[in-house]
Parts: sequence; structure tokens; C-alpha cells
Amino acid sequence: MVPKNIAAIKFEVLSPQEIRRMSVAKITNPETYDDDGFPIDGGLMDLRLGVIDPGLRCRTCGGKTGECPGHFGHIELAAPVIHVGYAKLIARLLNGTCRKCKRILLKNERKEKFIEEIEKRIKMNQSYDDIVKEVFRLTKATKKCPHCGEEQVEIKFEKPTFYYEGEHKLTPKDVRERLEKIPDEDLLAFGLDPKSVRPEWFVLTVLPVPPVTTRPSIILETGQRSEDDLTHKLVDIIRINQRFLENREAGAPQQILEDLWELLQYHVTTYFDNEVSGIPPAKHRSGRPLKTLAQRLKGKEGRFRKSLSGKRVNFSARTVVSPDPCLSINEVGVPVEIAQELTVPIYVTPKNIEMAREFILRREHPSANYVVRPDGKRLKVIDSNRKELAEMIEPGWIVERHLMDGDVVLFNRQPSLHRMSIMAHYVKVLPYKTFRLNPAVCPPYNADFDGDEMNLHIPQSLEAQAEAKILMAVQEHILSPRFGGPIVGGIHDHISGLYLLTHGNKVFSKEEVLQFIRATDVKDVPLKDAYTGKEVFSFILPDITLEFKAEICQGCEKCKKENCEYDAYVIIEKGKLLCGTIDEKAVGAFKGLIIDEIARKYGNSEARRFIDNMTKLAIRVITGLGFTIGIDDVDIPKEAEEQIEDVIKKAERKVDELIRAYKDGNLEPMPGRSLEETLEMSIMRELGKARDQAGKIASRYLGDENSAVIMAVSGARGSMLNVTQMVACIGQQSVRGERIMRGYTYSKRSLPHFKPGDLGPKARGFVRNSYRKGLSPIEFFFHAAGGREGLVDTAVRTSQSGYLQRRMINALQDLKVEYDGTVREQTSGIIVQYKYGEDGVDPMKSYRGKAVDVKRLLREIVGGAQQ
Amino acid sequence: MIDKILSKYPFPESVKLEIKEELEKLNLSADKIKALVDRCYKAYTQNLMEPEEAAGIVAAQSIGEPGTQMTMRTFHYAGVAELNVTLGLPRLIEILDARKTPSTPMMTIKLLPEYAKDREKAKEIANKIEATYLKDIAEIEADIKNMKIIIKPDRKMMDVKELKMDVLKKKIEKSLKVDVFEEDEKLIIQVEPSYKKLIDIFEKLKDLVVAGIKEIRRVIIRKEGDEYVLYTEGSNLKKVIKVPGVDFTRTLTNDVWEIYEVLGIEAARNAIIKEALETLEEQGLEVDPRHIMLVADVMTVDGELRQIGRHGVAGEKQSILARAAFEMTVNNLLEAAIKGEIDYLRGITENIIVGQPIKLGTGDIEVTYKFGGKR
Repeated sequence: MVPKNIAAIKFEVLSPQEIRRMSVAKITNPETYDDDGFPIDGGLMDLRLGVIDPGLRCRTCGGKTGECPGHFGHIELAAPVIHVGYAKLIARLLNGTCRKCKRILLKNERKEKFIEEIEKRIKMNQSYDDIVKEVFRLTKATKKCPHCGEEQVEIKFEKPTFYYEGEHKLTPKDVRERLEKIPDEDLLAFGLDPKSVRPEWFVLTVLPVPPVTTRPSIILETGQRSEDDLTHKLVDIIRINQRFLENREAGAPQQILEDLWELLQYHVTTYFDNEVSGIPPAKHRSGRPLKTLAQRLKGKEGRFRKSLSGKRVNFSARTVVSPDPCLSINEVGVPVEIAQELTVPIYVTPKNIEMAREFILRREHPSANYVVRPDGKRLKVIDSNRKELAEMIEPGWIVERHLMDGDVVLFNRQPSLHRMSIMAHYVKVLPYKTFRLNPAVCPPYNADFDGDEMNLHIPQSLEAQAEAKILMAVQEHILSPRFGGPIVGGIHDHISGLYLLTHGNKVFSKEEVLQFIRATDVKDVPLKDAYTGKEVFSFILPDITLEFKAEICQGCEKCKKENCEYDAYVIIEKGKLLCGTIDEKAVGAFKGLIIDEIARKYGNSEARRFIDNMTKLAIRVITGLGFTIGIDDVDIPKEAEEQIEDVIKKAERKVDELIRAYKDGNLEPMPGRSLEETLEMSIMRELGKARDQAGKIASRYLGDENSAVIMAVSGARGSMLNVTQMVACIGQQSVRGERIMRGYTYSKRSLPHFKPGDLGPKARGFVRNSYRKGLSPIEFFFHAAGGREGLVDTAVRTSQSGYLQRRMINALQDLKVEYDGTVREQTSGIIVQYKYGEDGVDPMKSYRGKAVDVKRLLREIVGGAQQ
Repeated sequence: MIDKILSKYPFPESVKLEIKEELEKLNLSADKIKALVDRCYKAYTQNLMEPEEAAGIVAAQSIGEPGTQMTMRTFHYAGVAELNVTLGLPRLIEILDARKTPSTPMMTIKLLPEYAKDREKAKEIANKIEATYLKDIAEIEADIKNMKIIIKPDRKMMDVKELKMDVLKKKIEKSLKVDVFEEDEKLIIQVEPSYKKLIDIFEKLKDLVVAGIKEIRRVIIRKEGDEYVLYTEGSNLKKVIKVPGVDFTRTLTNDVWEIYEVLGIEAARNAIIKEALETLEEQGLEVDPRHIMLVADVMTVDGELRQIGRHGVAGEKQSILARAAFEMTVNNLLEAAIKGEIDYLRGITENIIVGQPIKLGTGDIEVTYKFGGKR
């Protein structure tokens, strides 16, 4: 089947003739349903406009509900009214044409020149708004018609739809008469396409009535009908229209007619847009403003963004996620209950018909839910018709079987900020009710397990399944296109686990080691009584050669390389870890150099295998060796506490000195800073230094074996600052990068516990206690103030960066790399870059931005010996 | 020899340089060099972007995604503690919005060799550039009784700024269009008997810049390596590069619009890339420069600086549906109707809206099958 294609969509203004031509019914009756609840002829629910009630048939096309797309009707307006959307344009046109001869207020030659320029721009696909603007500016300024010499009186436009010529008010009828006389050849100068539009159509004489299907009424629980907002508005229009007609026929006074006309104008205006400035929005009985045409289209919840750019899908599931290190990174654990609900189609052929039958006959998990006949009719498989359906199917039918192990599915977590937010996984049907995923894929999804939910989608066609497997699988996204490094990798326990395994020269017994590696797919292990941790890690390494500084590197002035006393210099030769510690820099997400190297040398599947093994090994190690943190992990001996106390006291004294110097006027200001700023900066620096010193003292007493310290230095979680804050001193709290100054402005103090004008550390939010010791009430208050800023910051930032991203996607979405290597904009065909990124290299395949990783290739060719 | 081998391969310059650099460190035989270059070329061709890749979307995501991790605050400029510079997300938004003036305009002025080494000479130039306000060098008094304004210049300050009395007098006369009398080291302005006018002139005098460049509120001199560099708060590239002693080839501003106006569109493109990269880098976020290049190129393709947003790239799309789906839905549709515009459905959003496959990646590929071919 070849699908139909839409080649193009042209936008034009509907002419009154066109509106009447496409109308199937003239609507004159403001009532909708009669007493029996049957649609009234000539009413807004006229059966010719389509049907929404089940059981009835459309009188135009004969279709039932769901078949009939609906048909337009029309209302003959008793008097012309202005279209609000074009009200401003009408004003410009009135001012731009002669009041008497209705020609454009430009000499012919000038006009021709403008038209020529506009035509040129149209041909070149460029915007000509600036020319049109210039024409309107010039014509408005012209005071005498160049064609007939008539003096021009300015026409004032009053929002939303009123026009005044001097003191005289122009009725829509007057306006329409004027617009009618503007000749076609002048229109292009005003930016109007004479083939698609006549200016008098901006003044409506006939109003299209949208089909009922676009404004279905709903039946409330009470059995009452509740009409759509649009229907309400149309009822208002018809009612006033009829009243206007009756009054005019009865010869009512001019004043009454004018009032009615204005009322009609109001209703038509709000029918188009209920948020026009200058007039009150039309309200529902309950006081809620009506959602009319413009409101339906506009904004995030409008037709364009909610229903047209985003579409709802079937074959999807959503539940909470939880971790399962036993799964591979490209697998996802799916609860049986979900697997029984979601289906994958089997397109029945002579070769698989037996298999399809088996699915239909089965009563539990891998069974079938529906069969689809070649004519598209879906039949539900229930216990009573299993046998029958299994007999019926033949090639050409579709059997919708349950989700099974090995099916491809798309897995997604919102916000979908980058393409790694939707990846293809292979199904593993598991008990319990959550989706399970390997924690190593948390970074690309930015997922954690504190209650996050994720979505699952089942590609239905074979093409979609193939694309998912080839393009979207997790291993294809180990390297991020953002910076050309791995985004999938070890986190938390993976890193501390491998740190425990490989740091120093730990030796493990044969039994222990076998425990560690039994979950991995390592098969050949040299037989020994004991192994070092580094040997164990080497088992899972493929043949790679690598040399780098680990995360725990202290940044010594002179690197001692393999003799590093911190065991921070990693050397891997031919797949053997010779020295150094494996930590975040080696296997972590975003950093992992080993993952990077394997992915480049052996490809994505090997990298996937390594990550699987690495995570499994790390988890075994960390569970085997044990790794905990408790309150006593942040305890330090009394002497350390005294030292810290000393440091802080010293700093406080120094701050006092600074304040005294400031008060006495002895403080030397820094260049370009005021005295106050200088004082603040020096105090902040002094207190910051004190906290760092306290932290140093604390970490000296905690030692390298402390769990919190191990987590911080290996990069598993947290930083040394966090440890410092737990153990020694929390330090200065800040709001907007300054010490906390807010509070009682008139007395210049942050809290009534202090003297007015107190600048000391305590009065300005310095927290000298540690989290373990606990905060004093005042400190707690300041800490909360600082913490609040962080929360506000995050809230503001997400909305701002979200909008930035939306704008960027909208601006750049149509750019693609062509076969000739250029980057072009799809809609206009403009060449944006002659060669993508100046060298044509894919950032994902590049080595951290470099087109070719020369050093690695050199190593490959020359061998690791040299270098 | 290396050059000769390299010249046969269509590498980008940067790769050639790197290969050469690496090879020169080692002394390899011609065979090995050939083998390496060959291998590099193979790797290079493998690393190329594939056709039909949605380069734009990847770029937008790569810049947008780290946006969530950026900070919001203004920080002190790395190195120069005296200057406040907008960084993080607000700065990135500012760059991509192509704002006419950044919230914290700043210049880095390098000096010509004869000025750069000498602190005094650098100071001289700094004085020429920094705006000097009348209120900084003189006391201004309003004598309401006699309807006079008396300006008492401070000798010392005048000397520091190398200003002469008559120059000051002329400057005031020229910019305020009033007559100024000199009377024993004082400048007096006689105002017509109008109290309002007196206050008016008084206020204007306070903000009068008598020397230097108005936009540049402060100059800081710092030694960097063996040369003195000027950092300024405020920016005016056009005037600064004309100041003698300024090395305009190495002088920078963070105001992209100014660079566009003074140095042209290519310079503006490079400025966008540099500023955006620096902003991201400062936050510790790694983003490939190619993504930023693409964004900068889109902003500057048609020779004008266009913002990423409704008044720029996204708002000037050819497709009506894409524009309507972005922002200002109703206006875009009404406008399109009077112009009789046609949407040829070539882009992404348009095709999503009408429910057709998009023309990107596998969506733009069709497979034809020839029946009756050889078995």
C-alpha cells in the first residue's frame, strides 16, 4: 500500500462565496435540540453538519459517528462585521489608500518599484515584511492623493474594531465599501496576495459554522447536555443576528439598530478571540472565560502544541523503576502483568503459522491477546474462542502476542532532554511490578530510584523494530554526541567497589575471587591460590593498552608515575592492570577512559560487555567486602576537634580585627571596590580558609580507609567538602553569593539575637558546627536561608533552560547533513555549513572533540613499547 | 617527507598538524609513516558524520541538556576579582538571544609592545579610555539665589587625568550648549531665571563625561605574563580600537553585537562560538565546539545577526505550520493567509503535524526492489 502524500498546504482568506459554497446548511435557529433531544433543523446541531450522537446518521454523507468527518454550515450576518484578526491591517489599508479614489497613496512609479522588490523577495524566498512596513509608513504620511489630489483625513483606529474619520464613526459597512474599491494591482504593495485575498473579505458578511464534530456536546452524569464553548458563542451570534433582522424589519430606531450591530460585532469578535484587549472576555454562566477559536489553537495546551506536534500512542506502559545489576545494560525488566497487556504483532506466514497458533492456544504468559483479520477487524482472544481462532488464522492475518524475552522496546524517562533519553532495550520479563534497569544506564536517562517512573513503548512494525535495534539500542549510545565520551558507565557502588578491589595490593583467596567473578562471563582464569585485586580486574579487561592519572590523583608537582604513593597512576598493558587504582576516571559515566578506549577499539558491543562485567564484578566485590557508613564514620578524636576549634577561633579573631580596622577607617580598599565590599570579601576569604583548614585536619584524622573519604576521593559520591561539612565545620551560608544580610533593615541585623550593625561571623550566617555536632537554632535558621536559595534557583533554572532548549530545537530542527557533507536547512535549502563542523567529523565518533585520535593509532601501529 | 605523504590525503588542517607533530617526535621509517597516515585516514573517514544525520537537533540537545546543570548567579571573573561578569545560564541565554547589550559588558584590551611592558604607559592609556565624570574631578554647586552653577575643579584630580581648564570649559559649552565663564579657577554658568532649567543643567553636569569613553566605566590594569592588560567594565569597541597604543588585533569585547557592527558577520560568528564555549567551559560542562559552531552559523547565515527565538531563526522559518507551532500561533496563520503563503511540508514539525514521515535519517530513505532480477 502506497500512502497518500500531502505535497503542500496553501493558506488563503475565505471569500463569502467560498464560505457559502462549502456550507451544507444555513443556520438560523439559536435552539440546538428540541424537547425530545433531537437536533433541530437549521439549528447549530443540524444533522447536515455531521453527527456526534451514536445511532444517528449524517444527512450530508450518510456516515455514522466516527465515519462522518463533519461538514461546515454558515450564518448570513444581518450586517457586516469586522474580523478582529485583521482589524489593524484594515486600519492600515484605510490610511494607505485615498479616501476618494481608493487608490494607493503612492505615485505609480514608486508603487511599481515596491512591487518589483516584493516580487523579487518572493522569488528568493525571503521575508518582505520590512518593505510592506515601509509602504504603510509612507502612505500614512501622504497627505494628498497623487492620483486625484484629494486631501487625506487621518482615519483613527480604536481597539479592537472601531474606526473614526475625524469625528465621524465608520460603520463596518462603510469600511467594507471602501475596501471593495481598492484595485487589485495596488494590493501587492501592501503585502496582500491578490490571488488569495480581497481586502473586503476582512469584513465578514457571512460566517462559517464549524461542523458539530469540532464542538461536540457532552452528556453529564445528570443526563443534561453540556454544550461546547464554541456552540455557546455561535448561539449568541445567531440570537443577536436574528434580533437585528427582526428589529430592522420592524423599522426600529437607528440607535437601537446601532447598539445591536455593536453587540453582534462583540460576539463575533469574541468568537474568534476571547482574549482581545480592550473588551471584556465573554464568560460562561459559571464565570469562566469561554475558550473560543484562538484559544483553541494557542499556547502549550492549544491544538498545535498539544494535539498536532505531540500525539498520544498505544502500546505503551509506565511504572516505577528500580535497579537490577544482574541485567545487561541493554535489557529492561518488565513486570509480567505489563508483558501480558502489551503485544507484538506476528505477521502470519506459512513459516510461522504454527508458532502463531501456539500463542493463541496458550492460556498464560506468552499468549496472544488479539488476532487481526486481513480486512482489519480485530478479534479478542478469550478462553472460549482460542481453539476456533487458532484454526481460523492463515497467512496474511496478524496475531498480537504478549511481550516476551528478547523483544525490542523503547524505554524513556522525561524530561527527554537529549536523544539518550529514549533508547531501545531488550525485554526480560520478570516478576513484581516495577521496570528494572541496570544502574549503569541511569546517567543517560538521569534516573534514580527514589520513585522515578519511566515509559515503555513497543515498536509494532518490523521496520521500526529493526531501526530500534540498529540505531537506538543502548550500546549505540554509550558514547555521547555531546562531547564524544562515554555517558553510560559506573556510578556509586560500581566505583567504590572497584576502588576497594584494585586500590593498593590487596590479595584475595581463590574462593573469594571465584565469588567475585562468577556473575561475569569470564571463563578462563589462571589457577592460583590467591589473586591480587588488580589481577581480578584484569580478567574482565579486553586487550587494551592505556596510561592515565586516576581520579584519586593528588596532583603532585612532579608525577612519580608507576611509583605513585597513592597508587593513582594507572597503567594497563595488553589488558593487564599493572598499577594504579580503578575509579571514576577509569569506569565512571562521563569520564570512564577505559570504556572510551574499549568502545573505540572493539566497538559498542564489546563496550557493553565490559560495562556488564564491570558492574557485576563491582557489585559482587562491594557486597563481599562490605561497605557501610554510619555516624561513627564522621567521629574524630578530641584532639582533632580541639585543633579545629582553634582554627575557627583564630579566624574569628582575624575577622574581628578586620571589622575593627574597617570601623576605625584603617582598612585599605581593594582597587575598584568600596570599603564595604573589601571588608566582605576579606571576611569571606578568611572564613573560607578556616573551613578548608578544618577540613584538612578532619581528613587527616579520618584516614584513607574511612568510607566517606573513599567515596569522595574515588568519585563514587560526594566530595571532600561534604565530608568536611559532616565532620568539621559547615562554614559560611550565603544568599546571592554574599553573607546573609537580609532581615531587619532598619536596625541592620539579620536576627534580633544580635546587636544592630553586628558584622561578626555569627551574625552573618557563619555556621561553625558540623552536621554531626548539630546546628544551633540561629545557625539552623541561616542554613535554611541558604538552602532555600538553592531550591528557588533550581526551580527558576529548569523553566529557563527548558525554554532555551525549546527555542533551540525549533530553530535548528530542520538542519541535516546531506550526502555531499554540507549542512542545509530543509525548508529553505540554505547551506548553513559547507562541511559539518569544518571537518565533517561526527562529535560522537570524535575523540573528545578531536577528529582522529592520532596517539591511539600511533600506539596501535608502533606498539606500546615506544612512548 | 611527512609533508609529502600527508599532502596526498584530504585531511583537515588540524589533523595534519597533529599527525606531523606526533611523527616528528619519533623517528620512523617511511613505511611506518605511510601505515600510520593510512590508518589515520581510515579512522578519519570512519569518523565522518553520516548523511541524513539530524545535526541541528543533536546540536540543540547538546547545548540545551547541560543548561539544566548550570548556575544562575553572577560571579567574579576568573582572575579579575574586581569585575562582576554574568556567567552560567543567563549568559548563555544572552548570547543565543543576540541581545543588543549584554548585562555586563566587558573588554579585554591588549596593548602594543611599546606600551604593554611599562606600567606607567599602560596607565596612561587606561586614563584615556576610562570615562571621567565631571563630578569626579570637580565640585558642582547650584547657587539658587543668583541662578548660577559653580563648578570648582580639583587641581590634583585634573592633573591626574591630564585635563586643562580651557578644555573642560569647551567641553561643557559644547555638550550643554551654555555659556561658561571662568573666574579664579572656577567655572560659572549663568542660567536664565528659570528654576527648572537650573536643576536640569545641574543634573546634566553631574553625569557629564569630560574625558575618556562614556561607556567604559572602569579600567583595571593587570599584569599577565610579561605584559600589562586592561580589563574594562563597559564596552565600546569602535572607540577603543582607535585609541593609540591599543593593539586592536588582540582586543576583545564580550558584546557580540558590537563585534558584528565593527568587525562584521564572520567576526560575530567567531565571537558567539568563543563566548558560548567559554561560558559552558567555566561551568565545567564539556560540549563539542562543533555544536556551538552550528548554532553560531545558523544565527549568522544570511549575513545578519539573528537570535534563536521568535524574532530570529525560529520565527523566520519558511514553514507556516512550524512557526505556528512555535509561538504566536494565531498571528502567523492570519499573516500567512493574506500573503497566500504555501507550506511545502519540507521540515520536521510540518510533517509531524500532517502525520507524514519526516525527511530525516531513515525517514528520507526509500528502498526500491527490482522484480525479476537475477536469482
